[in-house]
Amino acid sequence: MYDGGKIITGIIIGLALLTFPIWYNLGAAPKPPDIKLPVKEKQCVQPKAYMRTKHMQVLDLWRDSVVRVAQRSYVAFNGVKYDMSLQNTCMSADCHAKKTEFCDQCHNYTGVVPYCWDCHIEPKEKPKEKPKEKH
Amino acid sequence: MGMNRRKFLKIAGTSTLASAVKPAADALAGEKLGFTIPETLLHLFHKPTGFTPGEALTAKRWAMVVNVKNCPEGCKACTEVCHKVHNVPDAAKMESPRHEIKWIWHAKYDHVFPGQKHKHIEEALKKIPFVVLCNHCENPACVRVCPTKATFKRKDDGVVLMDMHRCIGCRFCMAACPFGARSFNWVDPRRFIKEEEQNREFPTRMKGVVEKCNFCAERLAKGQIPACVETCREATKKKGKEPALVFGDLEDPDSEVRQLLRSHYSLRRKPELGTNPNVYYIV
Repeated sequence: MYDGGKIITGIIIGLALLTFPIWYNLGAAPKPPDIKLPVKEKQCVQPKAYMRTKHMQVLDLWRDSVVRVAQRSYVAFNGVKYDMSLQNTCMSADCHAKKTEFCDQCHNYTGVVPYCWDCHIEPKEKPKEKPKEKH
Repeated sequence: MGMNRRKFLKIAGTSTLASAVKPAADALAGEKLGFTIPETLLHLFHKPTGFTPGEALTAKRWAMVVNVKNCPEGCKACTEVCHKVHNVPDAAKMESPRHEIKWIWHAKYDHVFPGQKHKHIEEALKKIPFVVLCNHCENPACVRVCPTKATFKRKDDGVVLMDMHRCIGCRFCMAACPFGARSFNWVDPRRFIKEEEQNREFPTRMKGVVEKCNFCAERLAKGQIPACVETCREATKKKGKEPALVFGDLEDPDSEVRQLLRSHYSLRRKPELGTNPNVYYIV
């Protein structure tokens, strides 16, 4: 092999750079999401475990029901009636009033970028509380 | 892979069962039952959940009558309130007039009824601004061409709506609509709506989707008539006139729209195209 030394050194450096994120973060667990649950409301429209894994399906179902057939009232698992609305119900002042303290926590942690808020208006937060967008 | 009789029967049986679930779920979805269908099933078969709120205004066919001569001179109340409650950006602030978004606006007689214009038209008609908006056609061309079913006609009341989540911004509907009732978001509209002027109960749109009048579907659901009609009532009352915009159920013989249509000669825009518009003009 011509220039074997150079090639092997190059490969080693290349591999080292490529795997940099892995060994740089080795041992240090990333900061887990720090979710702040609403103070006033204690119960969501479905049990916590269901919401944790299936909130996107719930929202999708809500979206189709509201937009396409005008069925806007939702009966939760415990019989409570809700207006199906991300902006006006989920993120109302009494519930998940701060996007940065609820939605963004897990979405940033898992690296998902939902485009809900391209159209839906998120609740107002004081500017100093609002960290820079991560995406 | 070989298949014996036992295995074949198993698969056939399971498939039959599975195919029986869908019509059953379809039938159950609309009914009021003593039990609820699990949400995961609803989602799987794209069936809606919930119910129509009790206070909602319902009709078989929503329609509007524009009584053109009641429109007070220089009044733009309907346009202003509509664009405010629906977070439509102010065209004056946008970089190009071609970026304008319109839900309801005023146009000249020539442009509203191009087939009816001639040199010797009634003087008054030349001056009056005609209120124009989506006609919520019975046979909407926009719905036929939409490749994603983002725009659709609501079965129950005939309102033609947009599902912004599904719009891919292909603008076929804009080409198909003979009334120019649709606008495309060439730029992010939020940049032109001041935060303090936003209606925080209604979403904005994003760059790359088409939008139009929704006959105030979100207000109908709360038992309110469309914002333009409500405002028009107040604005015309101040001037001592009858309202220029009237909204109601076309299928109900006693509704206000039917009464007006019964007693006045009315026009519709481009009826020869066969889209069957639901906005009527009394001139």
